[in-house]
Amino acid sequence: MSIIRLMLGNLFDMIERFLGRFFPSQWNPMLNLGALGFFFYWIITVSGIYVYIFFDTGVNNAYASIEYMTHEQWYLAGIMRSLHRYASDLLIIVMMIHLLREFARDRYRGAHWFSWVTGVPVMVMMFVAGISGYWLVWDKLAQYVAIVSTEWLDLLPIFGEPIARNFLSPDALESRFFTLMIFIHIAIPLIALAILWVHLQRVSKPVINPPRGLAISVFGLLMALSLFYPAYSQPPADLAMVPANVGLDWFYLPLYPLLETLPGSVTWGMGTCFLIILVAMPWLPPLKRAQPAVVDLDNCNGCERCFSDCPYDAIDMVARSDGRAFEREPLVNLNKCVACGLCAGACPTSIPFRKMSKLSPGIDLPDNTIVSLRDQVELVARGLVGPRRIMVFNCGHGPDLSGVSSDNVGVVALVCIGQLPPAFIDYVLSRDLADGVMLTGCLENSCDSRKGIDWTNARLAGQRDPHLRGRVERARVETFWAGSTGKTQFSAALNKFADSLDATALIQKARSEQSKVTSEGKPDA
Amino acid sequence: MPDTFRYASQFLFFTIVAVFVGYFSNQPVHRHFPEGMAQIKLGFAHGAKRKIDCRKLTAKEIAKLPANQRRPNNCTRGRIPIHVQLILDGKILYDDLLIATGLFQDGRGKVYRKITVPVGPHTITARLRDSKRASGFDYETTRQVVLQPYQNIAIDFRADAGGFLFR
Repeated sequence: MSIIRLMLGNLFDMIERFLGRFFPSQWNPMLNLGALGFFFYWIITVSGIYVYIFFDTGVNNAYASIEYMTHEQWYLAGIMRSLHRYASDLLIIVMMIHLLREFARDRYRGAHWFSWVTGVPVMVMMFVAGISGYWLVWDKLAQYVAIVSTEWLDLLPIFGEPIARNFLSPDALESRFFTLMIFIHIAIPLIALAILWVHLQRVSKPVINPPRGLAISVFGLLMALSLFYPAYSQPPADLAMVPANVGLDWFYLPLYPLLETLPGSVTWGMGTCFLIILVAMPWLPPLKRAQPAVVDLDNCNGCERCFSDCPYDAIDMVARSDGRAFEREPLVNLNKCVACGLCAGACPTSIPFRKMSKLSPGIDLPDNTIVSLRDQVELVARGLVGPRRIMVFNCGHGPDLSGVSSDNVGVVALVCIGQLPPAFIDYVLSRDLADGVMLTGCLENSCDSRKGIDWTNARLAGQRDPHLRGRVERARVETFWAGSTGKTQFSAALNKFADSLDATALIQKARSEQSKVTSEGKPDA
Repeated sequence: MPDTFRYASQFLFFTIVAVFVGYFSNQPVHRHFPEGMAQIKLGFAHGAKRKIDCRKLTAKEIAKLPANQRRPNNCTRGRIPIHVQLILDGKILYDDLLIATGLFQDGRGKVYRKITVPVGPHTITARLRDSKRASGFDYETTRQVVLQPYQNIAIDFRADAGGFLFR
């Protein structure tokens, strides 16, 4: 399983990097799959409401009403129908890629199990909703879908008489069946929307709207497709004839040829096993979870930064329990915490300068403490020599930097780049532990902990607390979001950064300032 | 990368996605039925006679029953399996015993079969036995048909309509 995950993860990394070459990072479609899914859902809803106004649910008039929309009122209802079709196809595409990507990123186990498991019924419902939609057109494809679907359902020993008999001959079909189908076609997506709300419950600040530019581009794509290649019906259904050749929608119906050819026990068995395995995957095997974040109330003033920065809504602010004069304190939900360390990175007490008093942040990861991070920084710094010493902070999901370390390049490993308190950068440069600091990790907008890169960028830019102090020379700090397969690109960026340090003669300037500071006294803590 | 090239690349990407979605939304065509053949579809649900005939209750027996449970007959559960045969040009295409559905086999026997046959003139005979008779059939219908390519001829059964219905 881990090999498949690794291979898929690398594949996604390469695709995201490739698209990142010509899409701004916030526009990259691969990094907006969930938001695009919602966007398509809304397009389907609006276009579906319009199409429903003209749709006749009677068996004899369903086809004619859709033909009217497609040919007579092509300029509006026809376009709406095409938008409905193509947005549905794109919804399935982004949904399946989203599922694969979360698997590849190992974001389905541990605390992520809830989102994964609640996503499974949504996936099934989206397929059911789409398939029932094809049924309503009542063309050759609808006839094929109706017959294969009902024959497959009849394999279950729960129906008193075969429901496929409803499609035995033209006079066997009743409009009431279409009323049932339209009910399913409308009710199922609404139920799915409710489950989607549950799906996002453990995600803080979920992105459910794509960036405006991407939304406009995707809508343009759909409009162009609807205008130049509109969705048409196939010839009308005729139960007196076998629908021998049908143009399938391969996004929704790729398994239908198998349903026809394989025995029912195999298809039902495989389908059931697939769903059971899919639901059980978070525990196959379970993730060895790192210990969740721990709050140290003696060093916590209830500032809420950890609460605000947690990407999985794993921190609640509750009434103070230690009698100190603060209103609230953070409470870590052990089931939701993924131990990404963003809370420790956000804590204003994660200040490495402290030497006299014990460095003990208000919130920290027991397995990867801020103290151990400082120890690691100092250890790496001791090994750095040369004219342009660079300390690299690399996230656990960033590039494999083995071989990058050298006399003048040292690598400090983090769980997530968001775990790095900006004070550490100040600490490294002001204490002359290195001449430059470089931060790397996942691809931009693709942070494994969702918000690590966003918060880091905002902290460095002074837009989010705790922010990097103004005294830090920005030219000595570089970020390069390389992704797990971006070692080559990272090395190039590292060399460029090293050259820039030389070129600006910052090192000399910094060293002279440093010596001045040292002679006057230690920097403030 | 120059902006023009970036925009052109984005346009190309969306165009490829559009072509991909447009094509696979209804292509390639799925051919799932042999060319030049027709289909006979046999499908019905029918309740056969009971394994043990109902016994008519006497007036005395009925009077003994609680008022809300009074009925003219006393019937046991369980129905006879239905014997069905479908014959095309003298050759048996389908021959089966349909066991009554339900835990106590007191429901209707059901069948749904699709049989691919050559086009052209045929004689189709459908037979059904739903009683305790040892041989022969209770219902039998024969039709002369000329099947066209891809034609679907449905054979239903309704005892109240006289037996087999060819549609």
